[in-house]
Amino acid sequence: MANPRNGTSASVRPTRWRVGIDIGGTFTDLLLTDDENPGGAWFGKVLTTPDDPARGVAAALTEALERAGAATRDLATVIHGTTLVTNALIERKGDRTALVTTRGFRDAVEIAREHRYDMYDLHLDLPRPLAPRHLRFEVDERLRADGTIYAPLDLASVDAVADALHGAGFGGETGAVAVCLLHAYRNPAHERAVADRIRERLSGVRLSLSHEVAGEIREYERATTTLANVYVQRLMEGYLGRIEATLTEAGSPARLLLMLSGGGTATVDTARRFPIRLVESGPAAGALAAAAHGAATGRPNLLSFDMGGTTAKACLVTGGIPPVTTEFEVDRVYRFKAGSGLPVRVPSIDLIEIGAGGGSIARVDRFGLVKVGPDSAGADPGPACYGLGGTMPTVTDADLVLGYLDASHFLGGAMALDLDAARRAIATHVGTPTGLDVTGGAWAIHQVVNEAMAAAARMHAVERGKDAAAVPLFAFGGAGPVHAAGVARLLGSREIVVPYGAGVGSTIGFLAAPVSFDFVRSYYARLDATSWATVATLLAEMEAEGRDLLTASGIDPATVAFDHRAELRLVGQAHQVTVDLPPDAVEALHALAARPSDGAVAATVAHDAIARAFASTYRTLYRRDAPPVAVEAVNWRVVARGPVPAFALPRPTGTHSDAPRLAVAKGHRPAWWPEVGHHVPTAVYDRAALAPDMAPIAGPAIVEERESTTVVPPGATVEVEASGALVIRLPGRRASLAQRTPV
Amino acid sequence: MIDPLTLEIFWSRLIATVNEQATSLMRTAFSATVAEAGDLSACVFDPRGYMIAQAVTGTPGHINSMARCIRHFLDEIPAQALNPGDVLVTNDPWKTSGHFHDITVVTPIFRTGADGDAPELVAFFGTICHVADIGGRPFSADAREVYEEGLHIPISRLFRGGVPNDDLLRIIRANVREPDAVVGDLYAMATSNDVGGARLLEFLDEFGLTSVVPLADEVIARSEAAMRDAIRAVPDGTYRHALVMDGYAEALADGTVREVPVTLACAVTVHGDTLSVDFEGTSPEAPRGINVVMNYTEAYTTFGIKCALAPDVPNNEGSFRPVTITAPLGSILNCQPPAPVAGRHIVGQWLPAVVHGALAQAIPDRVIADGSSSLWITGFTGTTRATDEAPRRPFSMLFFNSGGTGARPTKDGLSSTAFPSGVRGVPAEIVEARSPLLVMERSLRTDSGGPGRWRGGLGHRLVVRADDRAVEGDLRFAPFFDRTRVAAPGRDGGHAGGLGDFSLRPGTNTSDTAAVRRPHPKATTFVSPGTDIIMDLPGGGGIGDPRDRDPAHVAADVRDGYVSPESSLHVYARQP
Repeated sequence: MANPRNGTSASVRPTRWRVGIDIGGTFTDLLLTDDENPGGAWFGKVLTTPDDPARGVAAALTEALERAGAATRDLATVIHGTTLVTNALIERKGDRTALVTTRGFRDAVEIAREHRYDMYDLHLDLPRPLAPRHLRFEVDERLRADGTIYAPLDLASVDAVADALHGAGFGGETGAVAVCLLHAYRNPAHERAVADRIRERLSGVRLSLSHEVAGEIREYERATTTLANVYVQRLMEGYLGRIEATLTEAGSPARLLLMLSGGGTATVDTARRFPIRLVESGPAAGALAAAAHGAATGRPNLLSFDMGGTTAKACLVTGGIPPVTTEFEVDRVYRFKAGSGLPVRVPSIDLIEIGAGGGSIARVDRFGLVKVGPDSAGADPGPACYGLGGTMPTVTDADLVLGYLDASHFLGGAMALDLDAARRAIATHVGTPTGLDVTGGAWAIHQVVNEAMAAAARMHAVERGKDAAAVPLFAFGGAGPVHAAGVARLLGSREIVVPYGAGVGSTIGFLAAPVSFDFVRSYYARLDATSWATVATLLAEMEAEGRDLLTASGIDPATVAFDHRAELRLVGQAHQVTVDLPPDAVEALHALAARPSDGAVAATVAHDAIARAFASTYRTLYRRDAPPVAVEAVNWRVVARGPVPAFALPRPTGTHSDAPRLAVAKGHRPAWWPEVGHHVPTAVYDRAALAPDMAPIAGPAIVEERESTTVVPPGATVEVEASGALVIRLPGRRASLAQRTPV
Repeated sequence: MIDPLTLEIFWSRLIATVNEQATSLMRTAFSATVAEAGDLSACVFDPRGYMIAQAVTGTPGHINSMARCIRHFLDEIPAQALNPGDVLVTNDPWKTSGHFHDITVVTPIFRTGADGDAPELVAFFGTICHVADIGGRPFSADAREVYEEGLHIPISRLFRGGVPNDDLLRIIRANVREPDAVVGDLYAMATSNDVGGARLLEFLDEFGLTSVVPLADEVIARSEAAMRDAIRAVPDGTYRHALVMDGYAEALADGTVREVPVTLACAVTVHGDTLSVDFEGTSPEAPRGINVVMNYTEAYTTFGIKCALAPDVPNNEGSFRPVTITAPLGSILNCQPPAPVAGRHIVGQWLPAVVHGALAQAIPDRVIADGSSSLWITGFTGTTRATDEAPRRPFSMLFFNSGGTGARPTKDGLSSTAFPSGVRGVPAEIVEARSPLLVMERSLRTDSGGPGRWRGGLGHRLVVRADDRAVEGDLRFAPFFDRTRVAAPGRDGGHAGGLGDFSLRPGTNTSDTAAVRRPHPKATTFVSPGTDIIMDLPGGGGIGDPRDRDPAHVAADVRDGYVSPESSLHVYARQP
């Protein structure tokens, strides 16, 4: 129960509770914290309610608040992430969506880049556009690449499109329309005029404009991003409305914020307009959680490994920061292969996600090999052992058969698992076709999914020039701690960290992230011909917008901070390098904005500092000096963010001062280990009964908590560190690898 | 023998290394062909010159050519003569990938020995990319001799001990139309090899390895064994096939022009675990720049075999060993200097279709019907108008376009998708940001996919014009188009794909069809600003009788305009 400690409360706010909620494909996770009791935390985990996810949220929230002895009216902030956007795109459950584009270009979203993502596969499939061809329309207009008008917009052609949309049933509450005209990123006038005209003719029609959603050059990528945005918008609006209503009905004054894919949080209004920016919000929170935990426990570099019910995510955190990319793809049609999905140009934390979760379905392919995923049994019907009608074997069924999970202790016993159903499913769908017995089939499933995750994690790290084995494996998500040891063994990792509350671990990311907004302005000019007064004005505008939005989100304007970046390249290059503006350049540009009259010196300072920063970034990235060619700027970016929340990692409540020096198992159950080859009685510990000063426990062992189970294999040890995290130490494979290699 | 798990780790790391090499090339390159279209490749070789791994991006004409080219470098400059910081370069068509526009840069990677030992050669990293210009005639198939096609850079040092070879760079700068872009790309290639090399050295250090040779041997041996297994699964026999292309135009003494078709004939012989391809019966060298050097013939032939028989086997020295390829000396597939070669892809990219036609007799379920085959490359050069801010300047823009692929044995073909080439299209917005051109249309052509139970992929209509506000004088346009006379045939009752077409329509508002010109699809032509260059790309052939197509698929095709109501009725026998 909440038990505020003396002297820790500096807050005078009447509301003091913050809650992070993550809706995944299978489970809805929740973390409730009390500002007056740093480290105090209440977790919640319930099955996602796919027909109305808000219902699951309400259930989990009510239950956690009750346990914490708090009331909804005490909630200050609700921060939320969801896979709703991703799932709607993957399952193609969004709106009926039309595209309006420049005459001659309705097929740009289908012709795409005229490219096969696999050079040798003659039988590959390409992603289907979100708008079918009969719902793609063209208007007469044409801009040049510099934004000037080559052919004016012909409103009669817009009217004809509006009529066609009307005829196809679009308008009011039906259908969604993306408008993407050529070069709208340089001049949005035609897109706006088209939108105004269509709105006049089709009252209430839902529209997204490409220059607002993803104002970047390259028509295919921009159109696809705009389509994806409007495709999921109605779903997202309805959902956000229900979440808000749930809070309001419960009498909560809480501010609702949404986690963005890039790692910041935003208001409901932003989420409604640009739902595509939430495309990876849940996974992003996971990576942030890992980074926050690492920063607090002296592990700035780690491999975040988040395995939930539907997918597993790996992200290499370096220097306490998860990497961010703008090249993200959704709905990869070819087993998560790069290039096989729809490109989405929004900032996203750069992680690798594969279809391998507790609910992933196992089957035997035509070569007799056991394959797992990428399809998932989800929450409904769920794994066979849930007893909700699922008959296909899943990873969770295998883990149960192997003894890693306890049929009577799943979700703290709230959900009884049916071991016989798991055994039947494995026997029928894996055992019979392969000739393996049930345990052998279960081990094959467990091992195949571990191999897939290790391979993905290794590639992700290696593509960034890093060795996944050299850093701790930070394991969380409901299934993460069950599989961490197997994955670590394949990677060669020597340390696994399982945070307190691992089963809902990604929710920590929601509460550790500052509220932030990103802005971008395109301004193409060579650095030596740049109007620095213009740059100063652009930056000042973006800062002002950011400050306003943050203030509206309840942030004290005095605490707002900004990151300034420029995207630069050598004149003639196609791709740019993102450079953090050095402090002296920012200072000079601020001075210039304040006093444009004496700008010459400031301009020189800004130019020189930025040119130096480019040269040094280029050298770091490419290991060779840039050739002697002029540098130009393409985009200027500002991130406005509020303070990092005063957030303490959740810690186990209660004290262990009188705990015994040696951990005591709460019981034993048979578990299968490859080193032994059969089920052996294995000690099972209650995580709540383990304390930091206890001697390490030698594996094999199983540590249980309500939301997850940690598997400690033979040869490994586990102990609790001061942060409350379980730390598993493994022998590592590096040494033996070198010995085995005759080269 | 390296155990499988360790091998897998090493192998993934090598692939990641060359992928990073390719990515850094794309990100630092200047030409749109490299940065946007991905007309590049990146590979790592062991010190003996055996290709071990290639980046997942790239195009077969480069990769498999490079696999062969490294030995030419070593013949010219033996390994003992190489020092740290040396970077080698050439664009010799016969030694690398078949035309001057492709420049190959190879960097030997050394590991500094401990205690002052001499640096030891551990690997080579190589890249090929298609540069923006190489002098001579603007890129086209017009030349009669290779000497007209631009600057020949024999195998040379681009850097010597880390110092740029300024004499060579000055010669290149003086000969090409876009010196900054071309020299910038050469730097980008050297940079990407450095990135690959640095990663490889980190990898060796991390695992305490002294050489990549044992790893190379293992990978090569396994790939060779897998390739032999795949060949053994094909019934023994000799399978013959021939295709006829549009070919080229020849001006006769009486002033008339004769169209000369080109025949590509092959005999594929499978004998146990070896496979040989002989192109006896193929047309002789052409007096136009569409001739193919043996390196490039081998590149696309091995690609065709591999994607039919063993798509999953890594592509390296080992996968090439069980395969032998021969073509008559002096034929269009084994041309000799001074034959012109600039447009060699037009012929070379048909080779997978020729080989698949033969293999279809043995393994019909694993090969696809014929598609548009060669890229429709469009080359534009001209001069921009002077403005208040800038004087007039020459420009050149090159991009790649693809028609439909053939139907697959259990699926429709892919519309407007490159095959066998691995390059990408360039976005219209990028074309327009980098040149004074306007792309006016890119739309799929109804009924261009060959009807069949499985339909061929559609081609598209591409319309480009020069912006008369921005261009001074005429635009010089080089087309590289085939399948305007011979459509992609269907298979097993499937119909042929739509023919390609190329025309010029002057003035944007004219409806005067008499004014439409039809220049030769492989000859440079001059186009006034405002005139539309209209290119109708060919579709792929179908497989199976169209009347057997799922009626729901026919109806969906009609609704989306891939198939016209008339075709639905008359070809597919379905009331639309």
